[in-house]
Amino acid sequence: MITDQIKVPIMSEIAAHGEKPEYLFWVGCAGAFDERYQKVTRAFVKLLHHIGVSYAVLGKEETCNGDPARRAGDEMTFQMQALMVIETLKSYDVKKIITCCPHCFNIFKNEYPDLGGNYEVTHHSQFLKKMVDEGKLRTNPAIFQDQTIVFHDPCYLGRANGEYDSPREVIGSLHSKTTEMPRSKSKALCCGAGGAQMFKEAEAGNKEVNMERTEEALNSGASIVATACPFCMTMITDGLKFRDKQEEVRNYDIAELLVMAMGL
Amino acid sequence: MVKQLIFSAVLLITLGVFGYTLSRLYGFFRLTRPFPVSNWGQRISLTLKVAIGQTKILRFPVIGFLHALVFWGFMVITLGSIEMVIDGITGLERSMSATGWFYDFVMASGDIMAYVIMLSIIVFLIRRLFMNINRFYGIEMQKKSKIDAIIALTIIFFLMVSLAGINLTYILKNPGEYEGIYPISAILSPYFNRNIYSINFLHELSWWSHILLIFAFANILPYSKHFHVFTSVPNVFLSRLEPLGHLPNMENVTKEVKLMMNPETAFAPAPIGENPPSRFGVKDVEDVTWKNYLDSLACTECGRCTSVCPANLTGKKLSPRKIFIDLRARMKAKGPGLIKDKSFDDGKSLIRDYISTEELWACTTCNACAMECPININHPTLILDMRRYLVMEESAIPASIATMLQNIQNNGAPWQYPADDRLKWAEGL
Repeated sequence: MITDQIKVPIMSEIAAHGEKPEYLFWVGCAGAFDERYQKVTRAFVKLLHHIGVSYAVLGKEETCNGDPARRAGDEMTFQMQALMVIETLKSYDVKKIITCCPHCFNIFKNEYPDLGGNYEVTHHSQFLKKMVDEGKLRTNPAIFQDQTIVFHDPCYLGRANGEYDSPREVIGSLHSKTTEMPRSKSKALCCGAGGAQMFKEAEAGNKEVNMERTEEALNSGASIVATACPFCMTMITDGLKFRDKQEEVRNYDIAELLVMAMGL
Repeated sequence: MVKQLIFSAVLLITLGVFGYTLSRLYGFFRLTRPFPVSNWGQRISLTLKVAIGQTKILRFPVIGFLHALVFWGFMVITLGSIEMVIDGITGLERSMSATGWFYDFVMASGDIMAYVIMLSIIVFLIRRLFMNINRFYGIEMQKKSKIDAIIALTIIFFLMVSLAGINLTYILKNPGEYEGIYPISAILSPYFNRNIYSINFLHELSWWSHILLIFAFANILPYSKHFHVFTSVPNVFLSRLEPLGHLPNMENVTKEVKLMMNPETAFAPAPIGENPPSRFGVKDVEDVTWKNYLDSLACTECGRCTSVCPANLTGKKLSPRKIFIDLRARMKAKGPGLIKDKSFDDGKSLIRDYISTEELWACTTCNACAMECPININHPTLILDMRRYLVMEESAIPASIATMLQNIQNNGAPWQYPADDRLKWAEGL
């Protein structure tokens, strides 16, 4: 019998008890289905429980918010999904959304309002930064003290929404060494997966975008490449494997790094 | 008096030609779609920052600073040019000198900047002619671009030489009792011949060369990439104000989706007498917004966008700069026909004949191009609007993207996983 088992609160069950959580944790399709990224979802949920946040997930009621469809040019499919999601969120009177995915973050924050969906949207890097500032996430300085971490900016968090500092401040709380790639923050190079590229083969060229970025990360001399986006994680992890560097240089989400540093 | 008459006649011709150019462009703008503009206060502060403050061009710090110097120099020198026009019409000399300290400031900064710009232009010309700078090349960079650049730089150089000539000869003509302050020309003037006849001649020569070059320049610019001298400040003022991640909503789709999702209207026939929805997305010039077209006129082909594009950097065909060069060229080709006849069709379109689908599908929407553009041109929204046309009007969709879309429609995720598995990650936490 596991005593400290975490039971993830589900919106419909909570609503049946007449309760309402403060936040909807929007898991996202990658968070729910991508084998590697499921670990990030689990890590973030551990942090939510450690802090004692009032939240719930939609579970089986969650569906794609339409972002890949819109970026692929299929506005019809996007809007069908979006209007369905807005109805679901309305039925639970959702006001605040947290998500680990910058693409979901961007579309809820910037594009759903055009269709009548208005929420206070937080990316997990922003939420975790706040929790670190409030002293709710205490890390063991010994864990990462010998590591050098480099952060790869997700386009939809960085350039698209101007958020460069929160993930870096979260990393700053790990007491590791840090470094930057030559192209960082607003000049960061894309991982290659945005704009629905995640779901198709690249056009003919002389290199894959993720290799260009992975090489830059490797050249930074870091032992850990930190990401804050499911697609970036896939691209960087693939890049590291392709160069056969996955043992020397690891790719983690900032939520996973916090969980490791806290021994959760 | 003869000088005034000649000047006024030349001025009228200049304004006439410029007016013709503007009316032609106005006709092109009328072919385009609306782009709503509001938030004037925010636009003013954005213009002060990005246009006047040159914040975005300074993202390339060294060469950006030289450009900023040229820009700031042009601002003060233009004030002096206005005085020259007034002098030319009225026959007065130094008509604005009554403004006292302000005049001293404008003349002094104009004099210093004339020499600074001269030196900057020499650097620019060396870069264009003798250095192999990556972003000056690319499939879209034809000979005309290079010639355009060199002509514009040469004209600017001689504008500054003639301005310096005016200042030097003015000082020499009126030793010790001239209006305004000319710090650098004052230092240089003792080194020039003081023969009064040749000074008077050189003064007239400089004055006329300067003003005639300005007039010629103003009328050459709209037909070259250097039209940005006029269009880039308005282009910054009219920027999209949304975060870069925001894509504009398609209201015509919202209308249709709402009808489909409402059980009462879903299967009803289309209401009689209502216009069929306009084309989805952008196929050709008549589908772009007037702001897209202004972007294409404001682009000076500096290539900062392409130099940071992940697709371009890895050898794909996409070059963000090419999108706007193509749009401008396409309007030039199709616009005149469309002005005469709204249904004009030359059997070509912006998509495919100018921009290939391969280019459009290579974009990662990372917004590096839009972030880097010194004058806030927005490439990704136009690229997406062209994808929207391909997908919604032609169903011209790469196979794997079609699968992804089907998955979203069938099981609510871009991958083929059932909704019932959405909580698997939470097992055994």
